[in-house]
Amino acid sequence: MKTIIFNVFVLMAIIPSLWVALSSNIVHAAFSLLFTLFGIAGLFVLLGADFVGVVQVIIYIGGIMVLIIFGVMMTQGARLSPLSVNLPGRLLAAGLTGIILAVLMVAATHFLWPVGSAPPPPTPASQAIGNLLLGKYLIPFEVASLLLLAALVGAVLIVRHSVRSDLSPSVFIIRRKQRGE
Amino acid sequence: MNGLLGKKLPGRAVPMIGCVSVFLSFWIAVAGFFTLLGIEEPKERLVIQSLYQWLLISWDQGRFSLELAFRMDPLSAVMCLVVSGVGFLIHLYSVGYMAGDDSQPRYFAYLNLFTFSMLLLVLADNLLVMFVGWEGVGLCSYLLIGFWFTDLDKARAGMKAFIVNRVGDFGFFVGLMLLFWTLFETSGGAVTGLSFGQLQEAMPRLITARPIWNIEVATWVALLLFVGATGKSAQIPLYVWLPDAMAGPTPVSAFIHAATMVTAGVYMIARLNFLFLSAPAALAVVAIVGGVTAFGAATLAVVQNDIKRVLAYSTISQLGFMFMAVGVAAFSAGIFHLVTHSFFKALLFLGAGSVIHAVHHNDLRHMGGLRRYMPWTFLTFMAGYLAISGVPPLSGFMSKDEILWAVFTSHLPVPGLGKALWALGLITASLTAFYMTRLVILAFAGTYRGTPEEAHHLHESPPVMTGPLMALAVLAVIGGAMGLPAPTHLPHALESFLKPVLGDHGGSDPVVHAYGMEVLLMGLSSAVAVAGICGGWLCYVKHTEIPARAASRFAGIYRMLSRLFFVDELYQFLFISPLVKLAKIAGHFDLNGIDAGVNLTSWLTTKLAVLVGWEDLQVVDGVVNGLAGVVQKCGDQLRRLHTGKIQHYLYSVAFGLFGLYIILLLL
Amino acid sequence: MTYSLSSFLMVSSLLFCLGLFTVLTRRNAIGVLMGIELVLNAGALNFVAFSRFLEAPEGAPLISGQVFALFVIAIAAAEAAAVIAIVLSLYSMLKTVDIEQYQQLHG
Repeated sequence: MKTIIFNVFVLMAIIPSLWVALSSNIVHAAFSLLFTLFGIAGLFVLLGADFVGVVQVIIYIGGIMVLIIFGVMMTQGARLSPLSVNLPGRLLAAGLTGIILAVLMVAATHFLWPVGSAPPPPTPASQAIGNLLLGKYLIPFEVASLLLLAALVGAVLIVRHSVRSDLSPSVFIIRRKQRGE
Repeated sequence: MNGLLGKKLPGRAVPMIGCVSVFLSFWIAVAGFFTLLGIEEPKERLVIQSLYQWLLISWDQGRFSLELAFRMDPLSAVMCLVVSGVGFLIHLYSVGYMAGDDSQPRYFAYLNLFTFSMLLLVLADNLLVMFVGWEGVGLCSYLLIGFWFTDLDKARAGMKAFIVNRVGDFGFFVGLMLLFWTLFETSGGAVTGLSFGQLQEAMPRLITARPIWNIEVATWVALLLFVGATGKSAQIPLYVWLPDAMAGPTPVSAFIHAATMVTAGVYMIARLNFLFLSAPAALAVVAIVGGVTAFGAATLAVVQNDIKRVLAYSTISQLGFMFMAVGVAAFSAGIFHLVTHSFFKALLFLGAGSVIHAVHHNDLRHMGGLRRYMPWTFLTFMAGYLAISGVPPLSGFMSKDEILWAVFTSHLPVPGLGKALWALGLITASLTAFYMTRLVILAFAGTYRGTPEEAHHLHESPPVMTGPLMALAVLAVIGGAMGLPAPTHLPHALESFLKPVLGDHGGSDPVVHAYGMEVLLMGLSSAVAVAGICGGWLCYVKHTEIPARAASRFAGIYRMLSRLFFVDELYQFLFISPLVKLAKIAGHFDLNGIDAGVNLTSWLTTKLAVLVGWEDLQVVDGVVNGLAGVVQKCGDQLRRLHTGKIQHYLYSVAFGLFGLYIILLLL
Repeated sequence: MTYSLSSFLMVSSLLFCLGLFTVLTRRNAIGVLMGIELVLNAGALNFVAFSRFLEAPEGAPLISGQVFALFVIAIAAAEAAAVIAIVLSLYSMLKTVDIEQYQQLHG
């Protein structure tokens, strides 16, 4: 039973990602990515990381993917050159990627990982995660929050100065304010 | 003080400082003299005071010490009294003579410096300190002769004096070195010093030293020292500077060239009597030179028209007498004549200065009848004139006669030389009387032969000038009392006073003595003096045409005399012209040879600099530029990495990753 | 076959390589971003897989991997925001999201 679910989730992760890589339509690629992320979330849950899986769905899919789709929309890239890099580039990339894949596969299967007979993580894992976040990994936690703040401020800054056209009224208003009105 | 501050002091102060300082010296000399007299035992009359140690060299066998030491004994006491006493009178006289001259501070400073050097010379305890004073007086003589140096002729006269003097000094110094060297050698390196006491002790060593070129060392030393004396005291062959030295102010001539500096040579020989006695040959040379000089100078004095030149040649002549005296080992007689000569010669010079002060020129042919206008000058001049002519019983007669007696009775190496020299001296004495009479008559007697305006200005000199004249006149008259001759059976004060220093070789020897002979000779010398006077009177008063006739009859001799035996021309030909030519050649060499060398070097250096500059430009700059070019090319190549294409950058990331895997795998 | 660590690792490496391929071949800037997201997710999957299967001290389960996965998600979010901002400003400047056109850094 578990195996079947595992396989389903794996397929759900990989096949759309193929579509992300190879599709010529960027919108298709974006939505395929969505499905891939769902599959990965399922794999997370299978591994006992229920909290992480849910977070993945909420934030990654609900936040980042939406952002990406917004970006696709705004830049109207779908209308422009939809093609990926021409053939020689793709072949080179395929070759390189293939080698790396081979190496990784070999590493994954033939390496003797120090696998232990560990009990599955507690469900829900949120309590344990919470303990770790505010205990052992407090500093990375704070740093991560700082990073998010920086990203937020930076993104706003970058967009504010360069947007000339009235892409959105809010940006326009901000520009007006900038002029000291 | 005068030298440094003189220009700023008030006019009256400058001469006062000059005179007061000499007066103080005189009093100290008097005090010293009486102190010496106070010491009962004559042999003990000796005070040596060492101021400080100049030089001390020590080695195994001994040590050599040179000190700045002074010696006060009868001889130096006498000399001190003469120098400071006569000097003071002359300083006083100078106040009047130099009044109105702007350079008074300089004058008095030089004069004081001279007095100092002369005192240093006579008070020295060793040869080297004496040499310092010796050189000092030479220097001051130069400074004072060329005092009015703005007149080129006067400046040249000063130069001539100094250079001729230096030639003599060179001889002196070589003699000094020879003395030192011989003492050093003979004592095996145990020379202790050059003071007179030590030298006297070292005499035996000197006598036994090995002769150089078959002449005894002592003779060499004595002769070389005598060369110095000829330069300083104007004997043959280094006398040529004295007549020209009359270019200086008359008080200078009186002091330096009558009383003091020129007597330094005589003093030196008297001081080193023990040395000269060890060298009889040298003594003979001294006597001969003295005699010939005395006679020659007297002949030249007859034809001079400049009042000071007559006196100059007279000085040379009298110095010749002094040298004759010491040449026959009559040291105290020589010193006696030195003292009396300083009295009457200074008097004569100062009197001449008084005359010059009145008529403003030196030419005898344009003087005359001055006795009416300048009575004091005339009277005092007469006193000096009689003294120098050897009229008894004035001082000049006493000393001159003593010399003549000593020369007559001397025992010189060459037999008969003494008598020959005596005869020469006698003739010279007669000539002395003759030319002095001529001078007195031409200057004071008769009528004035100058211009009428000058006649208006004729006046007697101020008391500050006539005062010293009178003092000196008194001394000239009574000075003979210190050396009364033996036949009178009166004590010869000077001789006995000087005996500890000069030994028993004074003029008269009481034991081996022929009083009769001496009285005869005294009478003879008096007679020739009177004869000379009468001759002068005849030629210049009674029959004034005689001189002119004699000049034309003996034209050749007259020409010789008036051209001073062509000695100056001879020296010019022998020495001066070749030297000047040599100097010119050297200069030529310097200009063309050395300067050319220097210019060549500089030219080479500039060319080299150009080369180096080129090298710097090409090579060094090439390296620098090349380096920059390489960097630029590298940059150009590396630039190509910046494609601007993101994909390329991403590819590089991927490749990097790939590389990492490889490395990990391999490791 | 039951799943094990290696199967998960295989999945994650496949996802990683696909993501890499996307990054290298996509001409659209957003497409590149999508590839980056794939790569990051592969990494997170790795973390969690290891946290599940790896040797644990004293029998207590290893949760650190999950914490790391959370961090990865946070960072991915920040990075995606920044990239979108950049792309948008580039788009407003150059009117294109074709990375072939982004040659300003050339030279």
